[in-house]
Amino acid sequence: MTFHSILFDKDVVQSESAEQPNFFTDLNLDQVIDAITNKKQEYNLKPYFYTPLRDAETINYRHEAFRDMEAKDLMVHIKAFAEKMIIVRRYLGFVEKLNFNFHKKGWFLEAVLVYCDAVTELGRNLDQAEITSRGFLAFREYVTHYVHSSGFQSLQTEAQEVKTGLSTVRYCVIIQIGKFSVLNYEGETDYSVEVEKTFEKFKQGAVKNYRLDLYKGSGMNHIEAQILDFVSRLNPERFAALDKFSEGHSQFVDETIRIFDREIQFYVSYLEYIADFKPQHLVFCYPYVSVESRDVYDYGGFDLALAHTLLNTRKPVICNDFILKTPERIIVVTGPNQGGKTTFARTFGQLHYLASIGCLVPGREAQLFLFDQIFTHFEVEEDIRTLRGKLQDDLVRIHNILVRATPDSILILNEIFASTTLKDAVFLSKEIMARVMELDLLCVWVTFLDELAEFNDKTISMVSTVLPENPALRTFKIVRKPADGLAYALSIAEKYRLTYSQVKERIKL
Amino acid sequence: MKVYLLHRDRDFDSKQNFPSNAQALIQDLELNTLFTAMAIKDEFLFNVVKQAVLTGLNDPDSIRYRQDILRDCLNNPAVVREIYQIPIQSIQNKHKKWLGIFSKYPGSILSSAIELLEMFVDLLRRLKQIADEHADKFESDGFKRFFVMIQQELSEDYFAIVENHLKELRFHRGVLLSAELGIGNEGKNYILRKAKHNGQNWVKRILARKSPIYSYTLHPRDDAGARALGELRDGGINLVANAVAQSADHIDSFLNALRLELAFYIGCLNLVDQLTQFGEPTAFPTMMDSKERIHSFTELYDICLALTTKQKVVGNDVNADGRELVIITGANQGGKSTFLRSIGLAQLMMQAGMFVPAESFSANVCTGLFTHYKREEDTSMKSGKLDEELSRMSIIVDNIIPNSLILFNESFAATNEREGSEIARQITCALLDRHIKIFFVTHQYELAHGFHEKKLDNAIFLRAERKADGGRTFRVVEGKPLQTSYGKDLYRKVFG
Repeated sequence: MTFHSILFDKDVVQSESAEQPNFFTDLNLDQVIDAITNKKQEYNLKPYFYTPLRDAETINYRHEAFRDMEAKDLMVHIKAFAEKMIIVRRYLGFVEKLNFNFHKKGWFLEAVLVYCDAVTELGRNLDQAEITSRGFLAFREYVTHYVHSSGFQSLQTEAQEVKTGLSTVRYCVIIQIGKFSVLNYEGETDYSVEVEKTFEKFKQGAVKNYRLDLYKGSGMNHIEAQILDFVSRLNPERFAALDKFSEGHSQFVDETIRIFDREIQFYVSYLEYIADFKPQHLVFCYPYVSVESRDVYDYGGFDLALAHTLLNTRKPVICNDFILKTPERIIVVTGPNQGGKTTFARTFGQLHYLASIGCLVPGREAQLFLFDQIFTHFEVEEDIRTLRGKLQDDLVRIHNILVRATPDSILILNEIFASTTLKDAVFLSKEIMARVMELDLLCVWVTFLDELAEFNDKTISMVSTVLPENPALRTFKIVRKPADGLAYALSIAEKYRLTYSQVKERIKL
Repeated sequence: MKVYLLHRDRDFDSKQNFPSNAQALIQDLELNTLFTAMAIKDEFLFNVVKQAVLTGLNDPDSIRYRQDILRDCLNNPAVVREIYQIPIQSIQNKHKKWLGIFSKYPGSILSSAIELLEMFVDLLRRLKQIADEHADKFESDGFKRFFVMIQQELSEDYFAIVENHLKELRFHRGVLLSAELGIGNEGKNYILRKAKHNGQNWVKRILARKSPIYSYTLHPRDDAGARALGELRDGGINLVANAVAQSADHIDSFLNALRLELAFYIGCLNLVDQLTQFGEPTAFPTMMDSKERIHSFTELYDICLALTTKQKVVGNDVNADGRELVIITGANQGGKSTFLRSIGLAQLMMQAGMFVPAESFSANVCTGLFTHYKREEDTSMKSGKLDEELSRMSIIVDNIIPNSLILFNESFAATNEREGSEIARQITCALLDRHIKIFFVTHQYELAHGFHEKKLDNAIFLRAERKADGGRTFRVVEGKPLQTSYGKDLYRKVFG
């Protein structure tokens, strides 16, 4: 099998210009992807994360690669390779910026040496790694072939010879006021050591370190350049070899290797991101994905963005389950406010999106649908426009969504019509519900309207729950059960200490 | 080169933490009176003697090491004071000539360090001279080692080598560095080298070599170039500048250590000068291991009382060898507290390696000295008096270990006698079981009598002496506790 890409099983045209999808901010996926790609800016990984797939075959190709990467050794090897490639790019960056001939060529030589080392080691490590994915198997074959090619072999050998020649050069500099001389080193003794020995007897334990940290970034001033020039004249053959080498190998990085180095970071970054959740006992799984079946479920899923913000707190992350079995399509979520309803809706959207880019998803086990589009409509509470203007805008937006949506789309509605009158809200909601049902698409609808919960066999009711013994305490668990307006009202009453028993208690006889 | 005049094998640690009960000791034993007398208004001396007295030694052999050195000091006070002037002179020179290493750059670090070293070399020569003249008058292990060290390490040859280095290190003729090509062909491992033909004109000799040599002269207006060349030079002399600066620091530390360790003995010399004026005796004590129970002395007096009143004060003779519990009862204002303080002071002075205020004194060393005094003067109490006393006792119990010595002064009397005695009895018995030596001053008959009845072999009872006419001698003598105190005497004296 010929190797195309570690991300795609087929030779496809990839889009580098993918933009962040519209629904990202509603689902807090922007936070998730930012966190994943934050430390990997130089790879420009976002286009990969902004491009959902509808090809189960390609998604499985990525799952296979993920599974190989999850084996610890391979991840370590890939990271080691990536670090070296970063160094190669940094050195080549120096070459671009530097001014002096042998200084530029010196850094060019270092870049080649690190590159050869990176590729050779990667090839050796891949040979020993247990690999089963199609992507890695094909890539291994490619690397093996490349490493043994005569082009690569001669690049490596020559680079090492030139380096050995240069690194064994020893020279002396005599510095006088306004003047210096360069000459060969002839075994003169170390004077610092002699001085140290003379005063050794006075040692009284730790004293201040007066050694100035003279580290300076790479770079050369004209004095150092002049010294280097003199050194090259003292060692003409070794520097002639450097000249010849750098002219003969100007474009030495293999294009396939270069692309692999970037694409593999898709896997590395995601695995590094989810590794943080392991100590919290939050698990991830490879979802079964399909473009046909709209039967979906996930056991123990959670909101990744929220879980990530809770990482450094002691607060537990609440996991929730859902199942939709044909003909069920719509989850209507009701229950107390601040009970985790919005989080649940986001989780549903996140899970489907992450599955569509071939990633592991939060949960113990999952089956998810490969959608064509995701639409979200989240109420913006602090909107300053008039109610009428806002209601109109809402309806326009929902209309636009329903026009574009197909049976393969996913729709997430969060508290729409919350700020209109109850009568209007019930009416509008029922109208829209009918259209959603007609479309037969997957939908999560968070609402305060119990009327929507048991609409018909396409809807299921899920409720945010409270602890029976203390209704004011939210559990953030969303469970499948009939909407219970009483529990909702009671918990609000309790919050204001206006339940029957409380009021009786407060009013003394 | 180490001073080692306070410990046989290590430097004196002037930063060692005081024991947790230091503040109580200072207050209860009036230690500041002692420190002030030793320091004679010198803050440095005050701090050193305070440190030495509060962090004394537990091992009789280490104490004897200091005692021997102190004897040498008492026999040669002028020589010791002359040596002490050497580090003092160093400090004065530094102040006068603004010597010190304040720069961050190797070039100026090196030149300041050289100046410092030149000044130190003069002082070390003087030290050597003193050693040559007076070493034979000293007999202690400590001083003998010190003088031999000075004579061996600071030979004329050595001074010549040092002076030669100090001259070479000014690099009048230029700096010779070696280097290698590092990553990116950038120079690395700049090492300062000594030319093979060291001498007046090594540069000329090298330039006359047959091997190729390339030279470059900077344009007079090439400031950037001059700066770059300077940086290169700094890089090359970085290590040697560090070595020279650290050497200067080490010699500075040596002189500081000399000042620090001699300060203790200077304090002792100051003290003995004053005591001699009042005709008070001093004696080098005999120390026993901490597991022994020895406490016998003649003419033991309260040195702080003598220093305050500037006259000879009453001393006591007691033989409490083999005793672990000493209970002192008797007349108020009869010298009980003074006696108890003299016990504590003598113990601290002995374990610091000093002479003690007595004609003769022998005692076992203790692993810790604790005082528990009633604190009448303390008015800021949040809790009741007994609460406060018990909480202090609790802290002591947190810190005390077997073979310590504890001094109680009218403790646990802030309640009725029966309760107070019972609390004191239980604490005392527990401490005795843990091998802690106790001196207990009390007017509580119940407590003292109770222990007397037990007829313990390891207990001794002392009483403030009272003459037949009711007058006090301020002496403490052996005697069983008596039922009545002498309060009415005092009352009579005060009210006439």
